[in-house]
Amino acid sequence: MVEGNGAVGTQAALTKKDFESDQEVRWCPGCGDYAILSAVQSVMPTLGIEPHKVVVVSGIGCSSRFPYYMNTYGMHSIHGRAATIATGLATARPDLSVWVVTGDGDALAIGGNHLIHTLRRNVNLTILMFNNQIYGLTKGQLSPTSERGKVTKSTPFGSVDQPFNPIALALGAEGTFVARALAVDRPHLTGVLSRAAAHRGTSFIEVYQNCNIFNDGAFDMLTDKAHKVQNQIRLEHGKPIRFGERDERAVVQLRDGSLKIVEAGSVAEGEILVHDEHRGEPSLAFALAHLSTGPTMPTPIGIFRDVERPVYGDDVERQLVAAQAKLGAGDLGKLLMSGDTWEVK
Amino acid sequence: MTQKTVQEVHRVVIRFAGDSGDGMQLTGDRFSTATAVFGNDLSTLPDFPAEIRAPAGSLFGVSGFQIHFSDEDILTPGDRANVLVAMNPAALKTSLVDLAPAGVIIANSDAFTEKNLERAGYSSNPLKDDSLSGYQVYEIPMTAMTLEAAASVEGLTKKEAERGKNMFALGLVSWMYSRPTDVTERWIQKKFGGKPAVMAGNLAAFRAGHAFGETAGLFAAQYVVKPASNAPGRYRNVTGNAATAWGLVAASGQAGLPLFFASYPITPASDILHELSRLKNFGVRTFQAEDEIAAAGAAVGGAFGGHLSATATSGPGMDLKEEALGLAAILELPLVVVDVQRAGPSTGLPTKTEQGDLMIAMYGRHGEAPVPVIAPRSPADCFGAAIEASRIALKYRTPVIVLSDGFLANSAEPWLIPDPASLPDISIAFATEPNHDGEFWPYLRDENLARPLAVPGTRGLQHRIGGLERADGRGNVSHDPANHERMIRMRAAKVAKIADDIPPLEVDDPSQSAEILVIGWGSSWGAIREACRRVRDAGKKVARAHLFYLNPFPRNTGEVLRRYQRVLVPEMNNGQLVKLIRAEFLVDAKSFAKAQGLPFRAGDIETEILKRV
Ligand code: SF4
Repeated sequence: MVEGNGAVGTQAALTKKDFESDQEVRWCPGCGDYAILSAVQSVMPTLGIEPHKVVVVSGIGCSSRFPYYMNTYGMHSIHGRAATIATGLATARPDLSVWVVTGDGDALAIGGNHLIHTLRRNVNLTILMFNNQIYGLTKGQLSPTSERGKVTKSTPFGSVDQPFNPIALALGAEGTFVARALAVDRPHLTGVLSRAAAHRGTSFIEVYQNCNIFNDGAFDMLTDKAHKVQNQIRLEHGKPIRFGERDERAVVQLRDGSLKIVEAGSVAEGEILVHDEHRGEPSLAFALAHLSTGPTMPTPIGIFRDVERPVYGDDVERQLVAAQAKLGAGDLGKLLMSGDTWEVK
Repeated sequence: MTQKTVQEVHRVVIRFAGDSGDGMQLTGDRFSTATAVFGNDLSTLPDFPAEIRAPAGSLFGVSGFQIHFSDEDILTPGDRANVLVAMNPAALKTSLVDLAPAGVIIANSDAFTEKNLERAGYSSNPLKDDSLSGYQVYEIPMTAMTLEAAASVEGLTKKEAERGKNMFALGLVSWMYSRPTDVTERWIQKKFGGKPAVMAGNLAAFRAGHAFGETAGLFAAQYVVKPASNAPGRYRNVTGNAATAWGLVAASGQAGLPLFFASYPITPASDILHELSRLKNFGVRTFQAEDEIAAAGAAVGGAFGGHLSATATSGPGMDLKEEALGLAAILELPLVVVDVQRAGPSTGLPTKTEQGDLMIAMYGRHGEAPVPVIAPRSPADCFGAAIEASRIALKYRTPVIVLSDGFLANSAEPWLIPDPASLPDISIAFATEPNHDGEFWPYLRDENLARPLAVPGTRGLQHRIGGLERADGRGNVSHDPANHERMIRMRAAKVAKIADDIPPLEVDDPSQSAEILVIGWGSSWGAIREACRRVRDAGKKVARAHLFYLNPFPRNTGEVLRRYQRVLVPEMNNGQLVKLIRAEFLVDAKSFAKAQGLPFRAGDIETEILKRV
């Protein structure tokens, strides 16, 4: 069997620089993508994986320029198809650490089918989905995460599309590691990235990323000083879910199973929901995902779910090993001679 | 026992036809095996409906299997059947057009009930009126005789017993043509080993059919077709899909790379996936993707990972794979794409064959994205085609399209089993060192214009590739207009240069003075050859050539075409190769196109040639 995610036994003295390519980074000044790139580059050396064992595959969109800036192996592929290419690569090469960088349009619109099937199979990938709730590269159309009523170039009278809840979608597709982070909260983001990299199977991280050109301020309620404490619900495993300046608000579960935000003082401490990332049954995580319908209200941030399930490439490998143990290494001559044959003299 | 005469014949075409639930494919397949083991040359044509279980007795639910066998070289499944085994009225009605004049009809008279006659659209029973007077008709109550034969088998339900009627038919025809019975009996024993009653029932039915032929006074003669004088060696029957799968496995061994095969189920290509997914001890990783797009994408990923990577599909899937093909073309990654063509457009006729995908293979991608295209000519030829496609893909770092088709996929022919030691070495060297001033440049070129491949995991050679235009040499993204044009021409030149690495087009022109050249590609090879043989037997001159390489064409193709006053291009489509020939070589080639979902009959092409010689 192949060892972990391309990890080396002995920790080489890697630094952030080892993961930076010589390419000039070309996102718009002020774009949220810079912060994510920097966070990934700084997490990489802490993972104990050398740059040549890492592959970053992306689709098409602003975020998908990402591989060019990483001094790893990389492929900037086709709109929506990064997950398919990464699936093939991770299945053929379980020794590599394969990352997918995608956006809300790339992953949820044109690539939606591939995303859900990748999650279902639990392919060993780390998927970073930059969610800016807009199409950036094509200059500002509605995306599958844009809120209802949104006015964009393609929706001048306001969007009549129901947006996806990406966390709920990933959980619904049986995702084994599902998290949300904010591009601007570096310490939290790096923590989530480290955990995602350590998870064997598909890790899905939705990163709220501001597009200051076409959708500026979409996440202000979660990120600006005045509002963030009111609206960030930090999920921490094993801890009661409380938030607010003085932790004065809390999440409780109602009799019908749904969740509700209440004043912490109005309920007994024991009634406050304790977050359990490792809960096998996903309905509570799903309910957490639905606490918020968008980043303009109290919204959970952190790891919703982290559970173990058989990993696609590992099982493929196991079957090969088992077949070889049982039948011996394949012999072409024998294969061609199998079944009915006859001799012509 | 009645004494029968034994007559020797040189070639026979038998067609088994029945309901899709009657087991006709199995019957045909077993008869083929016994025939092959006996040493005849043969060619088969399975022909089944798109519906898995069409309503019983319906015309569109008829499943047929035609086999042509001979004591000499066989090229096609035969134009018209000499013998038709019709298990019900619908089978008789749909197959009669394919029966030669004065041919033999063996009908299961038990199935000619009023209901079945009505379903087949007969107003009167053709076995009873004189509509079949031009044929030799044998009415045999096969269902009743099968039930009677199996009556003593304990634990067999009536339904199970009745299902053995195809074995009764097989036994009878095996007797008629002096086929060995041991091969079939062994197979029945093995196949139904887990169900002793079913095995006993099938054996009893098979033996009863055989005995009936021998003892009933019905048949005046038994026939014998002597073994063909094929080249010495060990043979087996092989279908195009099996040969393709085994060819990919062989290529993986010859390249020294594990095989990664990603596919999505589609008729008639799925058997390649089925076969490869069995061969795990060969280190074959198969991936059944969520759709055709994902299959192609995963194959690109496997190729980037340094595996021999392949995908297979049919027309509708080909539409969807073109996106990944374009990517692989600009990434310059090795990838084998097998298109088992079927009748299109859209869903078309899913179980019927066609050569309709030549143009999409040549030009199906947006932008300038030429890729090599090859086409096997017979079921067994698919083995070599898979290896050759892999060789070209690896050596030139390019996707390669293999155009098989539904006929090759399911049809079987005897195959002189190759010695694995005789297969070519197709291994390539991956980059292990920087190649430019201490850096790794992924778009430098070797003498074949191929770029270096550095596989992820190779220390120090990290690099990024992608679908944006690459800078010549260094491989970074480049929006430079002159670079874009240079790269377009480079990629085209690389594919064109493969012509230096393939054999010239061979011409079969025994007279050396023919005025007409018949040129084809792919699975029409047998029919074209047989047609030319007949024309020559009639004392006329005709030259023949067959293209295995469609992109690039062999270097001498233009010269060969211009050697003849007239060029005829038979194709199972609406005329595609003919357009390429006219465009590339300015030759006034004429098309003979047929697109009825069935392979050419040699007779069709023979007539066309005779019109022109
Ligand atoms: S368009 Fe928006 S998402 Fe794209 S690079 Fe500019 S700021 Fe970033």
